[in-house]
Amino acid sequence: MKGEALRLDGNAAAGILSEVFVPDLTTAQATCANCGTIRAMGALPVYAHGMGTVMRCPSCDAVILRIARTRNKLWLDLTGARLVVMAAAAAPTVV
Amino acid sequence: MSPASVPIASRASAIAWRFATVASVVTETPRARTIVLDVPKWPGHRAGQHVDVRLTAEDGYQAQRSYSIASAPEDARIALTVERIDDGEVSPYLTDVLGAGDRLELRGPIGGYFVWDNALSGSLLLVAGGSGIVPLMAMLRHRAAALATADMRVRHRVPARLLYSSRRWDDAFYRDELARLVQNDEALEVAFTFTREPPEGWTGFRRRIDRMMLAEVAWPPRERPRVFVCGPTPLVEAVAAALVELGHDPALVKTERFGPTGGST
Repeated sequence: MKGEALRLDGNAAAGILSEVFVPDLTTAQATCANCGTIRAMGALPVYAHGMGTVMRCPSCDAVILRIARTRNKLWLDLTGARLVVMAAAAAPTVV
Repeated sequence: MSPASVPIASRASAIAWRFATVASVVTETPRARTIVLDVPKWPGHRAGQHVDVRLTAEDGYQAQRSYSIASAPEDARIALTVERIDDGEVSPYLTDVLGAGDRLELRGPIGGYFVWDNALSGSLLLVAGGSGIVPLMAMLRHRAAALATADMRVRHRVPARLLYSSRRWDDAFYRDELARLVQNDEALEVAFTFTREPPEGWTGFRRRIDRMMLAEVAWPPRERPRVFVCGPTPLVEAVAAALVELGHDPALVKTERFGPTGGST
């Protein structure tokens, strides 16, 4: 299969990201640590396969985020993002 | 019954898996069915979001796939339209075996990026390839639900156009409903293109979506339409690239690639 056909969008990672982050990360803006490009994470090319999920910079192709799940662990590598900015989660007041 | 917008940021824990019950199934095409589900404590969704579905075999093996929600947020039940991928792990079960009364494990709604709400102004351009029509249909159904209660001035505030690519007439989902929506709303236009076998006597588009077709169908870039493109990865990438070449702002073009086969297996 050609490489480009295996590409998905940031949305494809939203499910597994929801296991780690409370706010929806796909609407967060990520700054690529390699080239400084800023994009909404939902717009990042995503490569998902059995080993895990990788989000890459659409500009320079560097890996911005890697996430994988083994039986009872989640592995997260965010070193490819210099900065991630998202709307703050408003925790509800429990009565 | 369901809130029109989901306060995703206010949830306290990971999105829970829950068992939904199949209320009914509807045949859409020879290869696709809509599954209507009752989901306990469903928080509501936004048009464009999806759910993750998980099947567990007797030996404990699990397979998980994502399916776009086809129904409008205004509906009490959620609907998924699934197309059968022949050697898929999940879709044949959903299209051939699952029936009313059966349970289905799912979590959602997921995804806040590829969403459209009636509150957003500006023209709406939707480009679908194959089963990529599903989340875009949720947007059109949501738009129709609002227009049902609004007056003519609101109708013209959100003009919408759908360009829908299918192999043949029989493969296109929701044909009758799209015809009804168009009939009741002069601000909505739908154009089909058939890439393998156009119906007899067809005078419309009969090729893959290309730059020329998009130039004909899309509003000019200066109108700054919001664009949503969904379908197989090669189609989505070609369409997005063509739209940017035509001068559309990449920030206004949102894509959801379904992968090489154009559907979850």
